[in-house]
Order: sequence, then C-alpha cells, then structure tokens
Amino acid sequence: MSHGAGGKATAALIEGLLLPAFASPALDRLGDAGELTVGTAELAMTTDSFVVRPIVFPGGSIGELAVNGTVNDLAMAGARPLALTLSLILEEGLGADVLKAEIAAIARAAEVAGVKIIAGDTKVVERGHCDQMYICTTGLGRRDPRATLSPASLRPGDAILVSGPIGEHGTAIMLARGEFELGAEIVSDTRCLWPHVDALLDVCGPELRCLRDATRGGVASVLNELARASGVAMLVREAAVPVHPAVAGAAEILGIDPMHVANEGVFVAVVQQEKAEAALAALRAMEGGEQAAHIADVRTEPPGMVLVETAFGGRRVMDQLVGDPLPRIC
Amino acid sequence: MTVIPALHARRVEIRVEGVVQGVGFRPFVYRVAGELGLAGFVRNDTRGVLIEAEGDPEAIAELLVRLRHDPPPLARVEETAVSDRAPTGETGFAIVGSDGAGTPDALVSADTATCADCLAEVRDPDARRHRYPFTNCTNCGPRFTIVRDVPYDRSRTTMKAFPLCADCRREYEDPRDRRFHAQPIACPACGPRVRLLGAPVPAAGGADAIARAAALLRGGAIVAIKGLGGYHLACRADHQGVVAELRARKHREDRPFALMVVDVVAAQSLVLLAEEELALLRSAERPIVLGRRRTTAGVADAVAPGLRELGVMLPYTPLHQVLLDDLRLPLVLTSGNLSDEPIAYADRDALERLQPIADAFLVHDRPIHMRTDDSVVRVVAGRRTALRRSRGYVPESLRLPVAATPPVLAVGAQLKNTFCVARGGRAWVSHHVGDLDEARTRASFAAGVEHFERLFAVTPEVVAHDRHPDYASTAYALDRDGVRTVAVQHHHAHLAACLAEHGETGTAVGAIYDGSGHGEDGTVWGGEILVGDLTGFRRAGHLHPVRLPGGDHAARQPWRMAASWMIAAEHPHVPDELHAAIPHEQWDLVGQMVRRGFSAPVTTSMGRLFDAAAALCGLRARCSYEGQAAVELEARADVSHKGAYTLPVGDDLVLDARTAIRALLGDVESGVDVALISARLHRAIAEATATACERAAEGAGTDLVVLSGGVFQNRLLLTWTIAACEQLRLRVLVPSRLPANDGGISFGQAAVAAARGARA
Ligand SMILES: [Fe+3]
Ligand SMILES: [Mg+2]
Ligand SMILES: [Zn+2]
Ligand SMILES: [Zn+2]
Repeated sequence: MSHGAGGKATAALIEGLLLPAFASPALDRLGDAGELTVGTAELAMTTDSFVVRPIVFPGGSIGELAVNGTVNDLAMAGARPLALTLSLILEEGLGADVLKAEIAAIARAAEVAGVKIIAGDTKVVERGHCDQMYICTTGLGRRDPRATLSPASLRPGDAILVSGPIGEHGTAIMLARGEFELGAEIVSDTRCLWPHVDALLDVCGPELRCLRDATRGGVASVLNELARASGVAMLVREAAVPVHPAVAGAAEILGIDPMHVANEGVFVAVVQQEKAEAALAALRAMEGGEQAAHIADVRTEPPGMVLVETAFGGRRVMDQLVGDPLPRIC
Repeated sequence: MTVIPALHARRVEIRVEGVVQGVGFRPFVYRVAGELGLAGFVRNDTRGVLIEAEGDPEAIAELLVRLRHDPPPLARVEETAVSDRAPTGETGFAIVGSDGAGTPDALVSADTATCADCLAEVRDPDARRHRYPFTNCTNCGPRFTIVRDVPYDRSRTTMKAFPLCADCRREYEDPRDRRFHAQPIACPACGPRVRLLGAPVPAAGGADAIARAAALLRGGAIVAIKGLGGYHLACRADHQGVVAELRARKHREDRPFALMVVDVVAAQSLVLLAEEELALLRSAERPIVLGRRRTTAGVADAVAPGLRELGVMLPYTPLHQVLLDDLRLPLVLTSGNLSDEPIAYADRDALERLQPIADAFLVHDRPIHMRTDDSVVRVVAGRRTALRRSRGYVPESLRLPVAATPPVLAVGAQLKNTFCVARGGRAWVSHHVGDLDEARTRASFAAGVEHFERLFAVTPEVVAHDRHPDYASTAYALDRDGVRTVAVQHHHAHLAACLAEHGETGTAVGAIYDGSGHGEDGTVWGGEILVGDLTGFRRAGHLHPVRLPGGDHAARQPWRMAASWMIAAEHPHVPDELHAAIPHEQWDLVGQMVRRGFSAPVTTSMGRLFDAAAALCGLRARCSYEGQAAVELEARADVSHKGAYTLPVGDDLVLDARTAIRALLGDVESGVDVALISARLHRAIAEATATACERAAEGAGTDLVVLSGGVFQNRLLLTWTIAACEQLRLRVLVPSRLPANDGGISFGQAAVAAARGARA
C-alpha cells in the first residue's frame, strides 16, 4: 500500500534535507507550486515525477497522470495551467505500441486541461534500470487574481470540503497489480481539477482559504498538514465522507482507512463557513464533483490535531502514518 | 586510640526519606519523642522529614526502632540516615514549620480508603461528621487526585476553596489529634457538599442527597456518581433489565462491569475469596479484586457475560460507604464514559457526556485534579498480579535496580498507556492513561507527563519510547526538544519491567506473549522467547509465524486469524459453525490475503493464536472488546482435564502450533466439548513454553524465567505455565505490582534506558 502511505516519512525528508539545502522563501511555503513574478505576469511553476506500476490501470495510465498531476498542482496554487514540459525516461525494449498509447494519453489529457506541451526530452536507459517508463512534467500557470490561498489561513469555524469520493485511485492501483482480486471494479479518479477550482474561485473569491489535492497519504495527510500549518484542530464527521461502496468494502477487508489512500482527482478545500453551501453547489455541478461533501470543520482545540467523531460521540485522533499501517492492538 | 567520653545525653540528626509527608509522620514522631522523654524537633523539608533528638541514648535507639518498624499506616520509610550532633541541653520537643528550599524529593502519596476511625465517626449519629461524605484524616482520604502542585499542603490541592472552620482548625493544629496537619480535612460546616441533580425527589428518599440517590438506585435508575478519581455510572447489579439498560446506553456490549458491595460478607456471597484475595480487597488501596464467581451470586448475567470471574471492590470513600450502607445491594460501578472514552472527571464535561446515560447525578463541589481509574488486581497461583495499577497505588514510587542517571521519561505504549518518570533509584509510574487513539486521552497524556515531571522534580534528559513508529507516545517522544531518545523493543520492555520490579539485573529467559509489538525485523511479534537482561536481549525463539490479515482488524475479528491458522496448518475446510457466521466472499478474500501476504503482515502473536482457536471452536467470530474471544475460551476450559495437544518445539525454539491447530480442528469436527478443547490447547501452550524456556535457559546459563505480556493475564495459562516451568526446576517471575499488559511497558522502558545510561 505504498500509495496510501508515506505521508510522514516524506515530510521528514523534505523538511529535514531539502528545504535547508535550497533556502528559498517560495519553497519554504511548501505549497504545491512555487510562485514567481515576471514583469507584470504573476506565475506559478511546479514539477513532478511519475512512477506507477502498472503503467496502465482502470480509469487511466501513467501518461494521463503525468499531465493531471502537474496541472492539478498548479490549480491547487490557484493558477490556471498554461504549459507543460515533458521528460520521458524509457526502459530499453519498451513496446512501441505501449509508448504510442501513452503519448496519445498525454496529448488527450493536455487537450482536456487546455495546456500546451512546449518542450520535452527523452532518455532510454538499460533494461532493468527503470520500470517500463517514468515521466517528469514541469508546469507553468498564471496565478488567478481571485485566489488568495494560503495553508496558514485557516480559521476556527471554517468548513472543510472534499471534491469527490475518496480512495479510488490508490485502491484501483492496488487491485490493478493483480495481487488481490476483489471482484468489484474500482476506477482511478484521475482528472484535471482546474475547472473545479475555477468554479470555486467564482463563488468564494477571497473566502476560499486553501486547496490541497489529496494525493499520497490521502485526505488524512492533507488535513494533518493543514492543521499543523495553521495551528488549528479539525473535527471530521466520518459518516459525511463520501466513499464508493466498493472502496469501502476493499478498505474494510484489507484493514486500511480510505482516508489514508491516495487520490488523483480529489482535493480538499477550506472555505469560510458561510460559503460552504455555495461552494458545494458549485462543485456538485461539475463532472467528478457530484459527490462533493462538507466533511469537517476547523476548531480551536487541540491545535495541530485532526479528530474524527465516532458513532457514539467518541473522538479518535486521525494520525498521519509513518509508513504502511502497522498493527497497534496489543 | 581516641577515647570518647561517655555522655549522659546524646543528640542525633535523623533524616527520613520515603512516603513521609501528609501521612501523619511529624505528629507520630512528636508523640513517640514525648513518650521517650526526648528533646528536639521534627520538620518536613524537600527530601522528607528531618528530626533532631536529644536525650538518653537508649531512648534514641528506641526512637530509631519505632521510626523504622512502626510508622503511621500510610507512611513508607525507605531510608533513615543518622548522624551525631553535639548535645545542646535543649528541653521539650517541637514540630516546626517546613523548609521550602531545594529540590522536592518528598513523595506525594496515593489516595487511601477511609480508615476505621473515620468510618466509625461517619456511622455515629452523634458525631459532627455523621454521614459526612468527605470525612478523612491523616491516615486516610484523597491525596494524588486532589494535588495540584508540591510541596503538599492544602493551598496546593483542590481543597484550597474550602477554608477550615474553627472546629476543623482546632483538630488541624493539635499534634495529638489524628487530623493534625491533615490537608484535606473537612466537615459539614466547612467542607465540600454533595448534591443530587436531575431527578425528582423519590418519595422514600428524604432530604439527604445520598439517601435519595440510594432510593433511585433501588428503583432501577442509572446514577452518575462523582467519586474520587472521576465519575462512575452506577446501577443495581442484581437486575438483568437494569444492567442491560446501562449497557445499551453506554454502548458497551459485553466487557465486564465491576461491582461495589457494602462489606466483606457481601463480597464473599458473590465470589470465592482466598485469604490473600481478602487482604487485597480490604487493603487501604481498595482495588477491584477479580474472584471466581459463586454459582449462587445474586448478580445479573449481564454484569460479566460469558465469564467465570467477577470484579468486586469495597467502598473507599465515606460517600460510597454511606451510599452502600443505605442501599445494601451490590452495585455496578463502571467508569463514567461512553465505550472507549476516558473516564469523565471535570464537572461540565461529565454532565454533558453522561447526560444521555444517567437518570440522575450524585455530584459534589470538590474538584478532581487528576483523573484516576479504579485499580484491578487478581491472585494467580498464590501470586498477586495487577491488571490495572491506578487509584490507590499511584503515585507510589518503584525502585529501579539500576539508577536513572541522567533522569528518564518513558512514554509507554499506545493502548493501556502509562508513562513513567525516573530519577536516581526511583521511578514513578503514572495512573492508567488509556487508549492514545482517543483524542481526550491523548491530550491528558501530555498534561499528565508535565504534572508528574513537576510533582517529582524530574527533568528528563533521556526519553525512552517503543520502536513502533505510529504509537502516539513514540511521536510525542521524538517531538521533545533537548533530550536524547532511546527506542526500546516492545517485548524487551515487557521483560525488563518484570526483572526490574523484582530487582533483578542478571540474564533471564522471557516468554513474552501478547497481541502485537513492533519486532526488530519489522514483523509483528507477540509470541516471543527472549534471552536478555535490562540492557539488551536476543530473540531465542518464537511462535510459528503466520499472517495477520487486515492488521488490527484481525484482533477485532478472530475469524480472520482462524482463516490464517487453518491455511498455515493446511487444513482443508472451515468448521461448519464458523463458516456459517461469515459470508463466503469474505472467507475468499481473507484467504487470498493470507496466501499472498497481501495487507497481511507476518506475525508471531500468541494473543491472535488464542483468538483463532476461540473462533475455530465456534465461540466467537467477532469481538466487542479486546481479547474477548480468548477470555471466553479460557472461561470455558475444563480445568480438571489433563489432556494436551502436541505442540512441537523445534531446535530453533519455534513453537509449531500448526500441529496443535490440526488436532484442535479434528476435535471440533468430531464434536468434542469446547471445555476439553480449550483445556488441551492451554496445556499444550503451557508445556511447550516451559520446554522452550528450559532450553533457552540452559543455553544462557540461567534458571530464571519471566512470564509476561497481556496473554499471561490468562489465569489458566499462567498457572499451568508456572507449574510446568517449576517442574523443570526453573525459577519463575511474573509481574506483580505492575500489570503484565502494556500498562507495564513504561516502567520497562525506563529500566532499560537507566541500565543503558549506566553502562554508557
Ligand atoms: Fe504488549
Ligand atoms: Mg505533486
Ligand atoms: Zn481517617
Ligand atoms: Zn470544618
């Protein structure tokens, strides 16, 4: 379940090794994208590498992920995606048809997202030095003037929304590896999220506090990071979290929490409470946002912690995991 | 050679350390000095009690004997250091004010049950404290739960809000009175008051809140009662419908409830109690004592469904005693909370949380500063064991065989959490903190650590924690600034806790059986034969490893472990009863997980083996509380049955339980009674354990064996394993003052950190 895990270990690596080495204010903000201003142009830039096994899975493939992942990072920074660069690392002997299919997937996804591929590079490495193909994309976007997003801007009382049902991508990948047959099809949720962000900015404007796509580490990681960044608590209503029944079933049997499972087309939005209804309505009008839900609220106490309200009024702490879930019951 | 002139008068300084403050030590010294005609003074200081005594050398010798051997009931004298002083010719003996300078080393004592003298007053219609629920004296009453800070005096307790009346002040200032300097004393004129909230006055009740609460309880009501360390929920225990109603409202399905009864006779009518059990029941700590249920016990089945034991305690405050005196029925007295939450102790919070459960509230206005649950103890094979060490015992210190220099904080495990602070040769293990998954509990963990560090003046330089990366306690440890952290393997901590408690520093074999702990090889350990001491260990053997499908879900759903062990034993089909209880598709999926090792880590958990066996016997496919399946399997065993399954121990000291599981499945299929199956499995594991321990001991050149871990809370398994080990001439230690479960982990971590610190 490497897709569902890794949140805390990765955070330690980034904060411990990378940030000190590069000492850059744009980087220190730890957003999904860095901001820069060139002349009068307010830009955002981001980069991401894509490594996934298998490269084709129900609902998508590595090529589509490589576009959506990067444009979504721009979108989460409140930037309209404009252009991408594309770098391919191919394993010697990769089938031409496989490569062709992925190039087509990239082109299609770029068209849907409305971005141009403006530069690229290809390297072939010896057999065994990479797993079929790796893709690296760098994205450039224009920061939307309506957006004033910051992970440290959360205030007690704010509403926390998710844009759609959670855990589908990670579960789909897990099943696609063929190690486990569930007998139910679960499809990756990969999609471009800019239209959803655009719609939210329209109805919320400056009352939209923050956006995060819930990729590795799932919604649980995002909530924990935001709670820490703003020094607030969050109270999640478990019953309000949208989960596809097949994902819920798989999670139950496997003993994992869908909140820790990766998504590729779901984000967390924090909005001022008064805007929650309008924001939900805007999301629900979009494709892939039909099941958007208000899952949690920002509270004061205890700072930095994410709590889940359980069936009988108990409150469980929703932690970020260090790695794969390990049993704790002794 | 110097000739010391024989002087008629000798003067000595005596420094007394231990639990010597707030326990009537100074008036005791004053009285004894008076009797012996000694002059001088006694005073409290930060290290304990300081005495200077002058007079006849024989009288001084007698004073020392009395200090050491006849101190007041609540005192615990650990050290008396005597040095000579030049006589001054002083006359008269005085109690002088305390000296507040320096590091406090005097210990805060535990809460103690009402003494016989106070009880007599409470029951005396002519006494001014007749039926007064907060009566106490130097020899009894609240301590730890009301202390906010040290040094211990009234202004630093939650009694600060109740200024003494003239009568109480007279008692407080009279060295001959048993209330001399008793900080929490009170009376109806000046002390806290009890009130009954949220219920109409029952006709039979009268004016007194306690009498009215008793009448409500008699009528079948559920009453929340604010006690010493928190709120309880109470109802009459003899009425099935009433107890079932409490279960429904509290959302607690099957986990057993504890009982409070009016006196020893009432306790004996419910459970069989041997002498040692009676002594524990009556002790000033007043724990819940688990005893074998009498068939004639007049309590509802819903009190402890499926179990052979009942947990019984006696009243430990005048409030409880007066209530029980009025009621004269066994009372269910369970922690005031919903299912897995911590016990409520703050008034506003309690009223809010318990409103939906309780018909009425019996409350009072003395704040509780430290939440403390009732302690639970049991006598097994003539040995005293603890299942939960909390009220009455905490914060009494434990000795560390290797001093903690520098000072240590040990943060404990995730569930049944306790933490421990240690400095020099002393360790203070906290009250039962509980399950750190729960948000309120986690917050109280951090606050509790801070409180203990202040009370016992421990500034930790070393923080010991479990190897498990996702324990909240581990995360807390790694987050602390300016300390060195030490990771201690879970089962090593279990072993070290038992060794340290018994003052052992040498090498021993540990059979450590529990649910799960993070192993050094990254797998899930839980059926371990270790060889080690306080500083380190090696894994000498273990239970045959199987898969744990779905991680923690397997602990809640024993049928998953049944599937895992059946697959490991290559048994072709699932017993009918169990098969019918689980949808076919789920069997199939869990089967896949086990065979492919998908979302199913490797485990040697002994707890999960018992779960599997219980499920295979058709006892229980799903648990409503931790360990339920195993507990019920034990309860069903025919203890007189002598049979045992074959359970080979390999040269690598691997306990191959597959053989036993195959035989067990054969028995299930041929319809053998569960009572026999359970006995055969228990005996098989006991014997295989003894065999493995003997071989490991021989290899390590020791005869010392430790049996610990939560699985050894199984009375039958522990009794039989001790017997089998002793037959092989092994010396067996089991945890006694600390629980074998994860409540003992923090002390083990502290012992390991201290031992490693000393070596480094
Ligand atoms: Fe354990
Ligand atoms: Mg990214
Ligand atoms: Zn007393
Ligand atoms: Zn008074």
